[in-house]
Amino acid sequence: MIQNELSRRRLLGLGVGLGAAASLTLAGCGGGSATTSGGAAGNGGKEYTGPKVDLKLWNGFTGGDGDIFKKLVQQFNTEHQNIAVAVTTYQWEDYYSKLPGAVSSGNGPDIAVMHMDQLATFAARGVINELDDVAKTLELNEGDFAPTVWKGGLYNDKRYGIPLDMHPLGFYYNKAVMQKAGLDPEKPPTTKDDFTAALAELKKAGVPGFWVSPFQFTGGMTFYSLLHQWGGTLFDGEVQKATFNSDPAVEACTFLVDMIKQGYSPANVGQDADYLALKAGKNAFNFNGIWQINDIAKDPNAQIGVAELPQLGTQKAAWANSHNFTIVKQRGADNNKISGAKVFINWLSEHSLDWAKGGQIPARKEVRESADFKAIPNVATLAPELDYAAFPPAAPGLGEVILTFYNAFNEAALNKKSPKQALDDGVAKANKQLEDNRKKYGN
Amino acid sequence: MADVIEVGAAREDASPPAGGKSRRGVTQPGNRATPYLFLAPYLLLFLTFGLLPILFGLWLSVHQWDLQLPNRPFVGLDNYQDLFDSESAIYGDWWSSVRATAIFTVFSVPLLVVIPLGLALLLNRSFPGRTFFRAVYFAPYVLGVAVIGLLWRFLLDANLGLVNRLLGAVGLPADTPWVTDVPWAWVSLVGVTVWWTSGFNAVIYLAGLQDISPELYEAARVDGANAWDRFRNVTLPGLRPVMLFVLTTTILASANVFGQSFLITQGAPGEETRTVVWRIVDEGLRDNDAGRAAAMSIVFALALTVISLVNFRFFRYRED
Repeated sequence: MIQNELSRRRLLGLGVGLGAAASLTLAGCGGGSATTSGGAAGNGGKEYTGPKVDLKLWNGFTGGDGDIFKKLVQQFNTEHQNIAVAVTTYQWEDYYSKLPGAVSSGNGPDIAVMHMDQLATFAARGVINELDDVAKTLELNEGDFAPTVWKGGLYNDKRYGIPLDMHPLGFYYNKAVMQKAGLDPEKPPTTKDDFTAALAELKKAGVPGFWVSPFQFTGGMTFYSLLHQWGGTLFDGEVQKATFNSDPAVEACTFLVDMIKQGYSPANVGQDADYLALKAGKNAFNFNGIWQINDIAKDPNAQIGVAELPQLGTQKAAWANSHNFTIVKQRGADNNKISGAKVFINWLSEHSLDWAKGGQIPARKEVRESADFKAIPNVATLAPELDYAAFPPAAPGLGEVILTFYNAFNEAALNKKSPKQALDDGVAKANKQLEDNRKKYGN
Repeated sequence: MADVIEVGAAREDASPPAGGKSRRGVTQPGNRATPYLFLAPYLLLFLTFGLLPILFGLWLSVHQWDLQLPNRPFVGLDNYQDLFDSESAIYGDWWSSVRATAIFTVFSVPLLVVIPLGLALLLNRSFPGRTFFRAVYFAPYVLGVAVIGLLWRFLLDANLGLVNRLLGAVGLPADTPWVTDVPWAWVSLVGVTVWWTSGFNAVIYLAGLQDISPELYEAARVDGANAWDRFRNVTLPGLRPVMLFVLTTTILASANVFGQSFLITQGAPGEETRTVVWRIVDEGLRDNDAGRAAAMSIVFALALTVISLVNFRFFRYRED
């Protein structure tokens, strides 16, 4: 799954991050009609007046924003005498395989941060609680968010996740290398023609300008973006059939694989090599996650610029995902803990403006449009991408199917199969996986 | 097995415990439980962490078992059937992982049996700095797989890695895809594993070598045996039990390869270097199908059991 492999990206050294909060300037002053169904304890996170509770929170923020997150939690703990939140951080990859076992043995967290496309899986498997009342208390509604993100938190029409942030793929370019090849370092290409013309110039200067990684990070996510730019989709609307072998998908894949044939990319690019080469001045362009903004900021001499993805296909599109807060179902549910957890989520949402300053795109539109946020370099540059961001679809068990998609691209990019063949084979396998999922989750 | 036992027995004979002889066979009434009491601590561990999980695994393997889903229907042998049914979603992945594991095992085991033996023979001679070299060859083994995996992934990177740069500097091809294409990925995985674990096998061999009585060599020399004869007729037979141990554990370790391909090649190209254990982990923990993962584990364990039995047979036969 995306997040599974996301971890692989070992955002660790690279400054992952992201986690911005749903930033709400006005907070829990309204709604508050606590429903009494299922895990709907408390008054939707407005306040908690019961006995002291200890809450465990798990996240995968291994980068710089992990520290920001912990500071916010400390502040929360100081302000709330009867709630103590303890944070545990795992790499995403470990995270999603540890969580189910931990929950079923009673050692799981009370609050878990999760990627948007994991919510359906964990909701279907009964790991997380409904949060409709929290959304109501926070006065969150679809208009405040990118619609896909908002709907991504729903499963069977019930809300399971409160969005914190959104993290799209961005366009990173090395200004020094562009200058060396006679390109204007302040004008990164924005169209297909500009892009290929720039690559031709770079090639003349002896630089393969755009390294096509065969791995999910970041070649697979680049292909994911271009497939949507060419007008394709991974699955049909109901996520019943895989569609990533459509003509637009094959064309987008061919475009990337041809980069290698034209000498704009070396063959056999290794994991991370595309990004390391960008920083080392061995290539000029790289599509990479917004989380790398923290990393490039560490070295001001590197002269790396950030821009929206260029439009290489017929429309704009960029891969993106979103972190969400969830409340984990415990054996022997403790309503005090659930109430406390809701207060925490509510509180963090109120403080997400501070958090956004640490380098993430807030989930809330009004914060995104505030002057404070727009003053943050690079992060704000990528915010407009959210209008056309292509989020992974939400359906239970989809993670492994999306890995099949990435593996198909891997085979094409490593020239083991033609783009058409690789994608056809991938779709055949993905359809079998989807059928297995339907049997298992009954959807 | 017989070999191992005999060696053990021989050692006991060399230094009999005080009053050892009379103890054997003396079973006073009421003491019948004694041997079982001695066995009890291990037996308890074996039952708790060995037998019970195996039985539970068998139970899992005939269900569609998800840690969280409330219903875990009995599916009979479906999970096993899927592994052999070319129409199932898992068939391709499963057999490609079996193939990957077989390739790795076939190429790594001979090297891991022979190279450490050579090392041990060299390190068994007396020369200045011997202890230093013993430590040097053993050193990689103390590193975790995560460390050696990341280390070699960057060293072997086709475009940025040190290995290709050095090859280029001496005029050899500098664009070998060490970690992204076969057969190079196999060369890398086997090579790294040999580098990483040879030291361990060498230490076992070394212990075995030091167990061979110098008198045997002396006698052979008196009989006019040259170095090769002494190696063939004294060293090798003397090492046989050790070799059985090394071969068996190395086959099992190689068949269980996971970390190296997970970190160095990441399964690339496609899923060609994805191994069985990796597949089982993904199936059980990532895709939440503990039943199918258990079925895979059991099929895999049966295969390894057969191979180990053949292995024991072979060594016993040689002895006869």
